[in-house]
Parts: sequence; C-alpha cells; structure tokens
Amino acid sequence: MRWLWIDKIIDFEEGKVLRAIKAVTPGEEQLHQPFDADDNRLPATMPAPFVIEGMAQAAGILVGTATKFSEKVVLAKITKATFEREIGVGELIRFSAELDRLDDQGASTHGLIDVRRRGPQPGADQWERVGIVDLMFGHLDRNMAGLEFPDENFVFSDNFAFLLEDAGLAYLLP
Amino acid sequence: MLNRDEIYERVKEVLEDALGADEEDITMGASLTKDLEAESIDFLDIVFRLEKAFSTPEKPFKISQGELFPENLMENAEWVQDGRLTDAGLEMLRERMPHVDFSSIENEREVTQVADALTVASIVDFVARKLDSA
Repeated sequence: MRWLWIDKIIDFEEGKVLRAIKAVTPGEEQLHQPFDADDNRLPATMPAPFVIEGMAQAAGILVGTATKFSEKVVLAKITKATFEREIGVGELIRFSAELDRLDDQGASTHGLIDVRRRGPQPGADQWERVGIVDLMFGHLDRNMAGLEFPDENFVFSDNFAFLLEDAGLAYLLP
Repeated sequence: MLNRDEIYERVKEVLEDALGADEEDITMGASLTKDLEAESIDFLDIVFRLEKAFSTPEKPFKISQGELFPENLMENAEWVQDGRLTDAGLEMLRERMPHVDFSSIENEREVTQVADALTVASIVDFVARKLDSA
C-alpha cells in the first residue's frame, strides 16, 4: 500500500508552487461517519489530519525538489491549520503549496485547501477555499542535536517517484 | 529607525504567531523555552518570521545560521565537557551572543540550560543591535 494522500500533481513551478488534487471516495477506510444526538448517521467526511497530511506531502515534494532531493525533508511543525468546513465524499480537494522560505536547516510553506465547485459547463469549475495549512519542514541531517541518520534518502521513496513520473516531472528525480 | 518599544511590539507578534503564546505571557523576562515552551523547530520558525517582520525592500533583514541561537555546542570538546560549559565555552557564547544574558546559567553551566537563557529581551536586543549595525 502506498501512503499517499494526494492523487496527482497538476501544477508545478520549481522553488515556488506545487498544486495537487485528491478525490475523496466512499471506499476509503479513514472517513469519519459520525452520528448526531438522535442517532442519525451524518454524511461521511475526510478527517482533517489526513487533509493536513495531503498538504504535507504536496509541500514536502515542493521543498524536496528545491534542494534536488539532497535533503531528508520531514514535517516538523503545523504552524497553522484552519478549516471553514468539513470535506465530504465525492468532493475533489486541491492542495496549493507555496514555498515561503528555504534555508539549510529547513523550510516554511503556505498552503491553501480548496474544493471544486462544478460550473454550468465543462471547464467552468470554480474552487471554494475551505482551509489554510501552513507548515514547517526540517532537514533531518542538519538537526540541532547533531543526530546522525542513514545516507539513503528514505523520505523520498518510490511513492513520491510515482507521483513525479505521473506528472511528467521524472527529470526532477535524482 | 525603529525604537526599542516598536521592536518589542513586532517581536511579540512574531512570538505569538510562532509559539501560539498569549500576549500577556510575552514579557521581556520570559524565557523562550522555559516560559513560552519553544522547541527546537520553533527557533527556525522565529528566525524566518523575524526576517520577514524586519525586512524592507531596501534592507533585507537576514539572520545567518547560529547567529541568534547557539548551535552545535556539543561537537566541540573545548566548549563542552561532561555536559557542562567550560570557561572557553561560556566565553565563546558571550562573545558570539552579546544579546543573551548568560548569568542565569553561570554556576551550573549545564549545556541543556543554554537555550533557557534566551529571553524575549534577548530577541529584542538582537534585532536592535542588528538594525543599528545595518
């Protein structure tokens, strides 16, 4: 099983922005299906931590490409995570990750979570802003404690290679 | 040129955003780690936010690695022995970080306490010195 919370990279500008999408489908085991006070089943929704993980993957790839995957990029801090509403089954999420700041020790990213609103005609879709997720990433080998890790870049495994190849971005791989 | 009160106000905003700290807890004497519960990654966040808060189009405010917070102390036996700062270690810190008052760790000298010496006043002083010298 691939631990992937984005389906496809749809837009990429090196060192600046990466956009990815994910369809929320009813077969996914992580969905919340809560009950109200009268025991009525409420619509299934995508748990916010997995939405944050999707943004972490989109933003993490963006940070990784900015250093040519020479660093082991790990999520270090959720600086901000706000959601306007739940995201339900059948909706399409768009993750827009922007690189805010990068240096030897790590990076900060600004992230927008949008959900597609279908337009009246094909191509007239709009995106509704449902959340903001800002993150901090650390470069693992430059940790302040001086801890050492294996040479192999185990963060960017074949999972991420699959996404980059699928988006026609295989040339970015080391 | 910003005065010290104006710098303090901007530093407070930075620390509120970076640490989720309440405004009333961000006093000049508050320790970043002990009182405001900053962790190591928060230091990088604070550096990024300070750069943004004090940069202008004409004068970028760039903080070099290790300039604001001490790093890699343990790697040098001349500075740290048996988990405690040597005389040379303490001297080096005072020289490199004149914005930090290390008197609170002078007696015990435990290297794990070095970060505790960093206060809100240390950050304000650091910014003021850096803006002055720019």
